[in-house]
Amino acid sequence: MAIWVNEATRVVVQGLTGKEGQFHAARCREYGTKVVAGVTPGKGGSEVDGVPVFDTVAEAREATACDASLIFVPPLAAADAIMEAVDAGVELVVCITEGIPARDMIAVKRRLAGSRSRLIGPNCPGIISPGKAKLGIMPAHIHREGGIGVVSRSGTLTYEAVDQLTKQGLGQSTCVGIGGDPISGTSFVDVLAAFRDDPATKGVVMIGEIGGSAEEDAAALVAAGYSKPVVAFIAGQTAPPGRRMGHAGAIIAGGKGTAAEKMAALRAAGIEVVATPAEIGATMARVLGRT
Amino acid sequence: MKVHEYQAKQILARYGVAVPRGEVVDQPAAAGAVAERLGGKVVVKAQVHAGGRGKAGGVKLAGSPAEAVEVASRILGMRLISRQTGPEGRLVQKVLVEEAVAIARELYLGVVLDRSAGLPVMMASRFGGMEIEEVAAEHPEAILKEWFDPGEGLYPYQARKLAFGLGLAGETLKQFVRFVAALARAYADTDASLAEINPLLVTGDGAVLALDAKMTFDDNALFRHPDIVEMRDLAEEDPYEVEASKFDLNYIKLDGSIGCMVNGAGLAMATMDIIKHHGGAPANFLDVGGGASQQRVENAFRILLSDPAVKAVLINIFGGIVRCDMIAAGVVAAARNLHVKVPIVVRLQGTNVEEGKRILAESGLALQPADTMAEAAEKVVAAAQAA
Repeated sequence: MAIWVNEATRVVVQGLTGKEGQFHAARCREYGTKVVAGVTPGKGGSEVDGVPVFDTVAEAREATACDASLIFVPPLAAADAIMEAVDAGVELVVCITEGIPARDMIAVKRRLAGSRSRLIGPNCPGIISPGKAKLGIMPAHIHREGGIGVVSRSGTLTYEAVDQLTKQGLGQSTCVGIGGDPISGTSFVDVLAAFRDDPATKGVVMIGEIGGSAEEDAAALVAAGYSKPVVAFIAGQTAPPGRRMGHAGAIIAGGKGTAAEKMAALRAAGIEVVATPAEIGATMARVLGRT
Repeated sequence: MKVHEYQAKQILARYGVAVPRGEVVDQPAAAGAVAERLGGKVVVKAQVHAGGRGKAGGVKLAGSPAEAVEVASRILGMRLISRQTGPEGRLVQKVLVEEAVAIARELYLGVVLDRSAGLPVMMASRFGGMEIEEVAAEHPEAILKEWFDPGEGLYPYQARKLAFGLGLAGETLKQFVRFVAALARAYADTDASLAEINPLLVTGDGAVLALDAKMTFDDNALFRHPDIVEMRDLAEEDPYEVEASKFDLNYIKLDGSIGCMVNGAGLAMATMDIIKHHGGAPANFLDVGGGASQQRVENAFRILLSDPAVKAVLINIFGGIVRCDMIAAGVVAAARNLHVKVPIVVRLQGTNVEEGKRILAESGLALQPADTMAEAAEKVVAAAQAA
């Protein structure tokens, strides 16, 4: 098993006819993901690499029974694309786009609250259940099927962690990039709860960073009782306050959201917190009694 | 993006937020003319992007136009040093000359994005002039909060709740409610990420005014606000950062000696962390992005090396969609074109890593390869210490 995506997931790619959309959709298909439709307004009736393109998400869902959307739409139009997928009832919406205004995400978040959809991202690498399906831009070849759940606010730092796990002989159940923006659809808490309930997941790697309090919320969840070992790393221990470190959400504001606070909260919850990113894989192996 | 106090007040005034009368000038003589127009007694305020201006001597009262000229001549051209500017301080090139107002009471009012609620929150406190973080630590019960949807705006009853909570009444209450509504509108309409009035002033005759104002804006939404983009003051930003922003590179100047070039923000932060862990200090944060082309690598390299504090460089790339062989070719070309003199440690991992390593090894350049992040950090710290 895995969480949220598997071999049965049927994917519509919003923005399939764009350069990014076409490139990454092809990589997802190579991995075995069922990409059943594309959506580009005004290009309905055409095809991209044999995948039918529709004008609207509703039409795509009607024709192909897609239950997940992968969004490669520029930041100006990305919130609108998410809204359209939610409105069409698509169960899982994965938005890769970086640079969506916070105000647009506030509206998206409110719309999601009364819907049946889950949003992953934006500003994220997507989600992969190794050996089953990939909805995102991560390099597939570093992943192996296995029992570690990975959740992260970062992209390449997640690849680093996954690579270390694989080299330790630890495969992954599902890896979820929740994104680097201040407002996102899915939180650490959501993913940790899903991993807890997934029998295939035996341990969890969590990669946080400075800014906000999502890591502290995760610590509270784990402190309340969590049946699986969790290894965590927080990026930005040396980041200066008040500066936005690349990600829109990675900022220490008003002295809040520091790595030190987050690491202390996670440790207090019984989570194994590593000081450097180089120790993630080996620490998980040790915690699971594999070394 | 940050703006100056006078710019924040111009924006806020458009939405009906009450601000003192005043004008911005860059010459002492002009300060006198403004004081004349405002009736003589004025406050002269240094315009720099940093807090703590008052304590640093950047805000002075002047009782007459002649005194305004004298005060302005002292503030203009000074290097203002506060705990937010760093030891080198900020050169003051403009002052805001404002009417002096009789103060009866100082309050705090501010809007920020509450990330966990996913909504902006309007905060008010009776401790005007104190930083809200300090109030939160010492008197958390004194911070009143009202959340609102930027699309709907803040409701009048919410503004009244804040007013009653602060113990306001009569004409002051009425003006405060209008003020709060205007601030909420300004925040939402301009895609602000912070709008802070500290202190908010209650005058002797019960009126409310924004004595100080601070606004920052969501960089992701600037495309909707060309008028605000025009307010950007490059003189307030680090010159290396200004140069990097021309090439869409995420670069932040730090005070160490190890230059870093990394793909991805999280990995870039983690690289800084591991350098520190091994006893070194990063000279910068630099994310060359997911699609790191040779051109980007070369521009990044050039900016990184133009900082004389850089004694050694660490390149840490996890090739995903970007292939390591492409990055390696970019690094080699850039190192040749720029005649790099400092030691460079290169750590490549991921897609096509073997081919990438071969290109580095056969380049004839003195590049030190590393396999893991720990090994790379150790090597670069040693190289910087030897330099």
